[in-house]
Amino acid sequence: MLLSLAIWIPIAAGVVVLALGGDQRAPLQRWIALVASAMGFLVTIPLYTGFQLNDPGFQFEEKWLWIERFSVFYHLGVDGISLLFVLLNSFITILVVLAGWSVVDNRVGQYYGSFLIMSGLLNGVFSALDALLFYVFFEGTLIPMFIIIGIWGGPNRVYAAVKFFLYTLFGSLLMLVALLYLYNKSGGSFSISDWHKLPIPLRAQILLFFGFLFAFAVKVPMWPVHTWLPDAHTEAPTGGSVVLAAILLKLGAYGFVRFTLPILPDASKHLAWLMIALSLVAIAYIGLVTLVQTDMKRLIAYSSISHMGFVTLGFFVFNAYGIEGGLVQMISHGFVSAALFLCVGVLYDRMHTRMIGDYGGVVNTMPKFAAFTMLFAMANAGLPATSGFVGEFMVIMGAMKANFWLAFVAASTLVLGAAYTLWMYKRVIFGAVANKEVGALKDLNPREFAVLAALAVATLFMGVYPLPFTEVMHASVNELLRHISAPKL
Amino acid sequence: MNWIAFIDHLPALPEAILLVGACALMIIDLHVKDERRIATLAAAQVVLALCAAATLFVLWASGGSRLLIFHGLFVSDDLGHLLKLTCYVAVSAALIYSRQYLAERGLLRGEFVTLLLFCLLGMMVMISAASFLTLFLGLELMSLCLYALVALNRDSALSTEAAMKYFVLGALSSGLLLYGMSMIYGATGTLNIYEIAQHTGRLARTPSDHTFLVFGLVFVVAGIAFKVGVVPFHMWIPDVYHGAPTAVTLIVGTAPKVAAFAMAVRLLVNGLIDLAQDWQQMLALLAVLSMALGNLAAIAQANLKRMLAYSTIAHMGFMLLGLLSGVVGGNRLNVDAAYSSSLFYMIVYLLMSLGAFGVLIYLSREGFECENLEDLKGLNRVSPWYAFIMLILMFSLAGIPPTAGFYAKLAVLSAAVDAGQIWLAVVAVVFSLIGAFYYLRIVKLMYFDEPKDLALAPRTGGAGYALSANGLALLVFGILPQPLMAMCLSAIQGL
Repeated sequence: MLLSLAIWIPIAAGVVVLALGGDQRAPLQRWIALVASAMGFLVTIPLYTGFQLNDPGFQFEEKWLWIERFSVFYHLGVDGISLLFVLLNSFITILVVLAGWSVVDNRVGQYYGSFLIMSGLLNGVFSALDALLFYVFFEGTLIPMFIIIGIWGGPNRVYAAVKFFLYTLFGSLLMLVALLYLYNKSGGSFSISDWHKLPIPLRAQILLFFGFLFAFAVKVPMWPVHTWLPDAHTEAPTGGSVVLAAILLKLGAYGFVRFTLPILPDASKHLAWLMIALSLVAIAYIGLVTLVQTDMKRLIAYSSISHMGFVTLGFFVFNAYGIEGGLVQMISHGFVSAALFLCVGVLYDRMHTRMIGDYGGVVNTMPKFAAFTMLFAMANAGLPATSGFVGEFMVIMGAMKANFWLAFVAASTLVLGAAYTLWMYKRVIFGAVANKEVGALKDLNPREFAVLAALAVATLFMGVYPLPFTEVMHASVNELLRHISAPKL
Repeated sequence: MNWIAFIDHLPALPEAILLVGACALMIIDLHVKDERRIATLAAAQVVLALCAAATLFVLWASGGSRLLIFHGLFVSDDLGHLLKLTCYVAVSAALIYSRQYLAERGLLRGEFVTLLLFCLLGMMVMISAASFLTLFLGLELMSLCLYALVALNRDSALSTEAAMKYFVLGALSSGLLLYGMSMIYGATGTLNIYEIAQHTGRLARTPSDHTFLVFGLVFVVAGIAFKVGVVPFHMWIPDVYHGAPTAVTLIVGTAPKVAAFAMAVRLLVNGLIDLAQDWQQMLALLAVLSMALGNLAAIAQANLKRMLAYSTIAHMGFMLLGLLSGVVGGNRLNVDAAYSSSLFYMIVYLLMSLGAFGVLIYLSREGFECENLEDLKGLNRVSPWYAFIMLILMFSLAGIPPTAGFYAKLAVLSAAVDAGQIWLAVVAVVFSLIGAFYYLRIVKLMYFDEPKDLALAPRTGGAGYALSANGLALLVFGILPQPLMAMCLSAIQGL
């Protein structure tokens, strides 16, 4: 019941907000959005407190027959892997609602409606245990995101929105064929847990692997299908960038652990070299690309690709450190990238430019803002005692177990990450006041302060005491590793 | 009166009601003045409602069994009932959507209603045909009415040209179909579809008879392909869609497609299932070509009606994927799933096509035809609700969940994968990605661009409500597709 509430409260509220119509009711629409997102988050808290740590299976299950003709079930449930994403998504939704509070004044109802509906759909993706239900939610998120980027985005928004849509649609359509193949081979079942047990010959596994790979790699995004991300991020409104970075990118990585690894373990091992190679390219090469960006949002977008490379690397070294590290990195990146995009949003709302060159000496006029940004920049660079460190460290440990050189290349991100983040920080925040617009900047208002403070607490807490995050994963990750180690040809 | 004979022929009651109603309307309308024409339309709706009631009664009374009447010329089965009900919905919606459009252009004459009802009668005869003779009769009745409807605006050069093209090519295709039928008649010695089915199994085993049958089959498939509108028999579609008044395009693009689907099922599935190995290959070629050409050519169109015409071609190609996945190496296990997926696709497509043209009609007003892509610019500013309806329609056409269009694609792809046609499924998927681009472009125009000179004229007579119901139906079927899917499955199982 809780999972259904987490999905349908935001969607119902989104429909209500849309139905309220034009901008004359904007204040009401904002409040409904805030209350609904807060309620959506509240109903996910019992999921965490009531979670059985020793149970590797799915909890809080709900199962109803949905489409009898294809034996599709409305089947929800979370395990240690997906639980945290439901929480993260519901948490981020509140921040997104707050972030757009006074900034978005054009078609407010449609803005909040899209975000709320998307938030519900994303909870659905993370809790669906039926492959078709998963697909419906997975694809359904495209529509609100397309609208968000296209209406409230920057100057090049239309190009970015169409590119985002078609790229991701291409991937997911191939996955649909793969899902239908599995449906056929399993004798007419879309249940993901049935598929976990299904024996599949290696050749078919490899074809299926590529079917899934396109869908998930585009979403992660992995090099070389990452090119939609900088455009989408740059042009999206702040809230859109936050949801993209914090949640949507996690869908692809989540797909790898939910579908590819347990259903196609042999192909995964067979093609692990490819995945590791692509991940290392993302980490090292995209790290270098990040260094030369002149647009702050673009810089953070590229840094996201590089950080997500860590996640996929962790998944495909096949040990507990790697997989848990990848998951922790996903959560941490959810906090940190969201925070960084919000920081850029704060500046953009005041100056209407994202170019690093237009700033300088912001610390003189916005000291509180500078302090928060410092923290998040450090977390992005993976400084110990921030959440960014935990995941990266675990993945590097996992990679070290597999091969020293893997760990060596992966660790280059610690240098590159520090370089691009801190260099941007220096150019924007420090130095003399660059121009009179910067001189006239006002520091954070209480709303912005509250949003950034919430993320700062999360980042620090996770960095200092990661146990509450990792302990829920152990049982499920071990179960997953057991699955991977048993061949199912 | 012979009551036994009356009850025996009861399954044809809807056709009888429609025939009487159409004839009565034709005469009554002579005495109706132009400004009172709404009475004719209302009467037509009553006739349609009576037909629907009669069909539901026959459906209930027959209890799912198949009845052959008129000496085996006319069949009454669940597939027929379902398709007829679909056609009533389409014709009824067409009347509601187009009233004001036609009135503003001085085209709301009695002929429109009468021709439309006779056209519907032709479709119903086609749907219930159990013999080549009945099938051809229904086909010609439908086609002749459609030619006249396309030329309804007789002072427009574009319309008359379209009607001429449609007529010449339509006559040619009827000729092809007849030629093919005569071959099959020659081989089997009967015109009755069910008797043909009994003969072909035996004949197909002798190579010389098989060749003869396949020779006829080629022409039959060509005739079907023309009526369904798939490449390379698609040439008439863009011109007719473009040239006809939008209200007529709406009619041409909806119910006749359903009738053509019925024709394909009656001829190929009911009659020539033993030649499935042969016609499946032909359909595969037609399907791939249609998806390729339809989707690619649609991108280049600046005219919405032409774009939707090419999109129809692509959709019909997709629908064929289901029809060609039924028989796998002589094994008929997949038959129900495959043909019901095509049927589901057809019904969902009908709803999408009705809605899309309905929106175009709704946005047109006196002296302004909403038919170029540009005309939809900024619709979200002018009317968020109809922009939303169009958004649902476009995403449904593109096959994005949670809309009914997604399940239509899913069902057909699933049938193809079950039949082992994985590469065909991948090709279909790639082309539907290309297709997504032009549907997306419409959403982009409506939502991301600023309005040019779009203004909504006030509309009365429930067109807005009907349109809203039409769009929301796709969302409802997208969230709860099971009932419709189950209906399609049981209709095919009753074949």
